[in-house]
Amino acid sequence: MMSERMVNSVVLIGLCAVPIWALLVDEPFTITLATRAVIFALAAVGLNIALGWGGLVSLGHAVFFGLGGYAMGILAHHAQTFTPVMEWPFLIEGTKSMPVIWLVAMISAGVAALVIGLLSLRTAGVYFIMITLAFGQMFYYFAISWAEYGGEDGLSIYVRNDFPGLNTLVPIHFFALCFVILCIVLFINARLIKSPFGLALNAARQVPTRVETVGMDPVRLKLVAFVISGVITGLAGALFADLNRFVSPTMFSWQMSGEIMIFVILGGVARLFGPVVGAVLFVVLEHFLGGLSNYWHIYLGLLLLIIVLFARGGIIGLLCGRGRLHD
Amino acid sequence: MSTILIIEQVLNGLQFGVMLFLMAAGLTLIFGVMGLINLAHGSLYMIGAFAAAAVAGLTGSFLLALFAAMAAAAMAGVLIETVVIRRLYATDHLDQVLATFALILIFSEGTRWVFGSFPLFLDIPDAVSGPVSLPGGIQYPLYRLVLIAVGLAVGLGLALLINRTRNGVQIRAGENDREMIAALGVDISRLYTLVFALGAALAGLAGALVGAIQSVQVGMGEPVLILAFVVIVIGGIGSIKGAFVGALLVGLTDTLGGIFLPELFKLFTDAATATSAGSALASMAIYILMGAVLIWRPTGLYGARA
Repeated sequence: MMSERMVNSVVLIGLCAVPIWALLVDEPFTITLATRAVIFALAAVGLNIALGWGGLVSLGHAVFFGLGGYAMGILAHHAQTFTPVMEWPFLIEGTKSMPVIWLVAMISAGVAALVIGLLSLRTAGVYFIMITLAFGQMFYYFAISWAEYGGEDGLSIYVRNDFPGLNTLVPIHFFALCFVILCIVLFINARLIKSPFGLALNAARQVPTRVETVGMDPVRLKLVAFVISGVITGLAGALFADLNRFVSPTMFSWQMSGEIMIFVILGGVARLFGPVVGAVLFVVLEHFLGGLSNYWHIYLGLLLLIIVLFARGGIIGLLCGRGRLHD
Repeated sequence: MSTILIIEQVLNGLQFGVMLFLMAAGLTLIFGVMGLINLAHGSLYMIGAFAAAAVAGLTGSFLLALFAAMAAAAMAGVLIETVVIRRLYATDHLDQVLATFALILIFSEGTRWVFGSFPLFLDIPDAVSGPVSLPGGIQYPLYRLVLIAVGLAVGLGLALLINRTRNGVQIRAGENDREMIAALGVDISRLYTLVFALGAALAGLAGALVGAIQSVQVGMGEPVLILAFVVIVIGGIGSIKGAFVGALLVGLTDTLGGIFLPELFKLFTDAATATSAGSALASMAIYILMGAVLIWRPTGLYGARA
């Protein structure tokens, strides 16, 4: 058994080293692939806060991913057509500035998570799964019928948005940006789960009655976790849209929610680096199996089945044994 | 807006609802008896449709195609129950969601592999094609009326099976206390396989019947699956009666919303805005309905457990 800290360091160094290697041998596509993995990892780190530590099986996290994506798409679309987003009651112009877009993405995802969480947390178990799934579908169909922003076809952005001091169209610059964000979020996440809030949340997942007995509201703890989770996934959505320079209703689809959940479980639920390992593995599989066979989803499905049936705890669980936080 | 149009749309809504019931009944039965959430139920629907299209193409008999659809879906159901699902009864919902999601990937890609990416077509049999005149001078497709009748008959049969037969008693007992009925000498694992096969056969039947109105293609099961989940959440998970009421509610809301909401909006705004806003709201209507039901009753209309 390896120590989890060692595995984490190896993952982080590897994730950093591969694009640098790709830069040296001039393979920009590998850098883009690594960026994709980093962004997926960010979305999954977000979901893991609700799923892993809060025990909230949300099958609707694509809502936040998609909202982040559309925040980017709408703002950049208005900036590139020089039309205001709205004129009344006050003027809002489009923008190509990433920090502003991120802020809008995170706020809209956070507000959506608050509303969805308030309604969904009235229920538990399988009802919770279904309701989050249904909210996802609601946003999906709304995006499809919203003709003003491309409807089913989505929105294309011609030039990637700006970040002060960087040329975001250079792959390694954009990668570095996403990687730093992932590291910051991982750091915050590590602090969060060790904080009084994180410990209370962990307790609320395991024995809600006891948490209630000591005077805390388990539902409110979970709601806060759900909102934080949504905000992070929303940020990942904005970055993902910027990576592709394209946003479409697919980002809201329930397959997207399923994929984000796969990242988490493939790597290891309620492990700090579980989502990162899962996302990296998924992108690598997608790339190599996708190159081998047109029907690579069959192999992905079989791999998932094997993990669910025989290797509970995902890849990190396999490498390091059961963690303290899991159960 | 004429009365004829309204009656037609109500019938369309009923037909849609009854087909949803065939899907939702299996889902809710499997959840109620085994506590299992099966995302791959939509794949069984797809398998039914593909089996029907293949057999109808070979033999030209629609009736044979329907039996093939039920048999193929039931066999696929028994296969996944004994190989995969059986190991998931004791685990939490997260594992079930993930494993059945994996099954969807395998079934969808497998079907694409065998049948290719192009949709197949299943023709409505001559005997039940064409319109029929209803009282009041309404012309309505006969096939859709047949679908309503078949759905209602299956619903009745299911109610009789569960309330009147020995297997039904065992199924109901299994919902409440699986250890007790195992102790009474009922082969619980055979019972579970049976319930799973029954649910699968219903999904397969729905797939074949609807396959004759729409095209038969990979991925056709997922939208229906989500609607079926909405149905059982509205009705209360585990309740066949709830699934029936929920299915009709969802079917009618979806169909009538699509027609009447844009009309309603035309009363306030111009035609273009009304059409887009109305259809956007219509596509969300059933989810709004579900939200409203759950705020009022968090375990659905006929749901007992929390």
